[in-house]
Amino acid sequence: MTLTNESAPGSVDGTGGEHLLVVENLNVAYKVHRRLRPTLHDISFSIAPGEVIALVGESGSGKTTTGHAILGLLPENGQVTGGRITFRDQVLTELSPKGWRSLRGRAVSLIPQDPTVSLDPLRRVGEQVEDTLSLHSNLDAAQRRRQVHELFETVGFRDVELRYRQYPHELSGGMKQRVLIASAIAGEPDLIIADEPTSGLDATVQKQVLDLIDDLRRRNRTAVVLVTHDLGVAADRADRIGVMEHGRLVEVGTPEQIFDSPQHPYTRRLVGAVPSRSAVPVRDVAAVGRREPVITVTDLHKSYGGTDAVAGTSFEVHRGETFSIVGESGSGKSTTARVLVGLTEATSGSVSVLGKDITRLDRRGYRPLRQDIQIVYQNPYSSFDPRFDVFDVVEEPLRAFQPPQLPWKRKKANRDRIVAALEAAALPPSFADRHPAELSGGQRQRVAIARALVVEPKILVLDEPISALDVSVAAQILQLLENLQRERGLTYVFISHDLAVVRAISDHVAVMQNGRIVEQGAVDDVFSRPSSPYTQKLLAAIAGRKLVHL
Amino acid sequence: MTAIADTTDLVDAASERPAPADDGTSRVVSGLVWLSRHWSLVPAVGIVAIILLWAIVPGLFTSQDPLAIVPTARFLHPSSAHWFGTDQLGHDEYARIVYGARPSLTGSALAVAIGVVVGSLIGAVSGWFGRWVDALIMRAIDVVLSIPGFLFAIVIVVVLGFGIIQAAVAVGLTSSATFARLIRGEVLKAKASNYVEAAVTSGTSSLAILRRHVLPNSIAPTLSLITLQFGVAIMWIASLSFLGLGAQPPQPEWGRLVTDGRNYIATASWLTLWPAVVIVVAVLATNHISHFVSNRSSSR
Repeated sequence: MTLTNESAPGSVDGTGGEHLLVVENLNVAYKVHRRLRPTLHDISFSIAPGEVIALVGESGSGKTTTGHAILGLLPENGQVTGGRITFRDQVLTELSPKGWRSLRGRAVSLIPQDPTVSLDPLRRVGEQVEDTLSLHSNLDAAQRRRQVHELFETVGFRDVELRYRQYPHELSGGMKQRVLIASAIAGEPDLIIADEPTSGLDATVQKQVLDLIDDLRRRNRTAVVLVTHDLGVAADRADRIGVMEHGRLVEVGTPEQIFDSPQHPYTRRLVGAVPSRSAVPVRDVAAVGRREPVITVTDLHKSYGGTDAVAGTSFEVHRGETFSIVGESGSGKSTTARVLVGLTEATSGSVSVLGKDITRLDRRGYRPLRQDIQIVYQNPYSSFDPRFDVFDVVEEPLRAFQPPQLPWKRKKANRDRIVAALEAAALPPSFADRHPAELSGGQRQRVAIARALVVEPKILVLDEPISALDVSVAAQILQLLENLQRERGLTYVFISHDLAVVRAISDHVAVMQNGRIVEQGAVDDVFSRPSSPYTQKLLAAIAGRKLVHL
Repeated sequence: MTAIADTTDLVDAASERPAPADDGTSRVVSGLVWLSRHWSLVPAVGIVAIILLWAIVPGLFTSQDPLAIVPTARFLHPSSAHWFGTDQLGHDEYARIVYGARPSLTGSALAVAIGVVVGSLIGAVSGWFGRWVDALIMRAIDVVLSIPGFLFAIVIVVVLGFGIIQAAVAVGLTSSATFARLIRGEVLKAKASNYVEAAVTSGTSSLAILRRHVLPNSIAPTLSLITLQFGVAIMWIASLSFLGLGAQPPQPEWGRLVTDGRNYIATASWLTLWPAVVIVVAVLATNHISHFVSNRSSSR
């Protein structure tokens, strides 16, 4: 094995000069069913102190595995099959478990993916941060506690002693992530591996966390390997971006190089899939025609046990348009969607769908309307009965409005419409006989769309339909939704937390915060001349503004 | 945590791809590997299969008539002519055990069926309607479960009258409380699931959702309890027959055979021993299969 491969794209070093971490021709394989499956192929790159390198790619591309290999945290069935990782003058790939222990936390540390499961629920968060200090320093208990307080101040907590004494369940997702960051920087490491540090967080919280990481590396010259699926985050925060596909590092370059002149075809595809860059035709509101309201919501209130999830929202959705509701978690956007599709009753106010007042309808009373309004969920797989194959899944709405008949007769009679629905969702007819477990995330979402289309509804409520998908797959689904709307004159109610996506596909948009609509109007007006401070804050928090020129 | 999530992703990805076509031999190999790990299943399944065949086609296993009284052949020791010996009326004991499988097994099957059907209905109603219906049913079930099961079964038999069917009903009703509790939990889980919500928004009526989604998905996890309950039912029905509350003479039934032999245990011990051994082996075999089923379902 050659030590350095000058021609490998990964060995390009943007900074020149000293290297903190050098990864050379790294190969990793996982043992699956007693066979070795190569997962990483000849990964080579290096990081200088204070540098941020982002590894981007879709799920399964090997970016997390790369991060874990650097930390020596590969799962039990994973092994380094070739190449080496050098940190300073230590060869990490030859390190003993004991050597690793003295290195991790002190020199290299991890900010894990999911803050909700990475803290011990039974211990105070301060004590958990203190663990790092007691392992890697000679401070006494009082000093350690003071140090933790300082760390908490660094990560932006105000009431540090209160935070010290709190348990993980008392903190929000963003606060937990800050605790984990405090823990990661407690040993003053030279290198931090941040594995999707903000993927579960709201845009404004995401911005705070990323600002914090930025601040740290500027102050301490800490190098950061930022593993992310979000090109926007990578564009904003990284000095260099490494694009990964199928376990290969296909391209490394500065954000400008990657986004303005991508070399590798995969990079081009990935960059082209970013919502506001994709070739979605400019929407022509005039072409929508007569503005005929299909959904009218007036002063809607919905409370659960005394607290208002929705506190007085009013809006109108017109035939053939896409009306988006954006907001962060807990803003009441999903509750609004649930009221629209009759899953829950409004507490007060009035809601009418297609001219029918649904405010006081129970589930049985709402039923006839379901041929005209259908919903697509964020997580399609969990919305399929595990016993059902694709045919049964798509057939369900049809079946609901048919008189009972013998199974084989019914299946024969429905086959054509199911195949038509699958084709409308750009799936081959042969998929009818497959089980959702065999399908990829994008294919599953197409099945969910086919299920919604099979009864030829007039309105589709799309509840975060692309949030769980990789960017290129998400772009395809958005394109599909666009086409369907054009062909069938569908009306969409689009629920999302992602402003970039909303901007790309909506006609009208409502911004929700704490159960209220703080601003609504035509999408261009809201995005270019936001009147409420909250909308301005949300817009400022969009990752990758650099690259999408909003 | 993240590391684990990552590998499961990989395994998922692997299973998404169809297996290579040249896998014929390796499938045999992996089959053998699987068997070598679960070798104890082979005798268990074999025993259950033989007992089932006894119940279905007893004539294949013995040419003797289990009811034929042969006064000249009383209390014969086990021999090549009479494998398990003969009893006080000259019945061939082996033939009586083989023919006894049918009432024992149909009784057990009926008991389990009653337990599952009644229990599922009660549990489904309880979980589906919730609120006071749920509270009422669950407290009633707590009461039933607080009474020792076998005593409860005896009370039911005494009310219904003696016989193998009555014994089966008694055992079935007693076990239905356990099923009801399990099914209720599963129904609650299914009721909160996304696919039931999706069915609601698809326009499916409540009754159809219960029938099409909730019940089938709730019953699958009870499979291991069903197999376990089968072993228990064999034992309980034999026990009821042993007490004279189940099968009536001259019908051969395993528990009954033990009672009949008990009077001669000092002089003709084989009359007690063999039916007892068969009961024990049958119950152990079904329990072992149940163990396997529950391990598999919990590991998934």
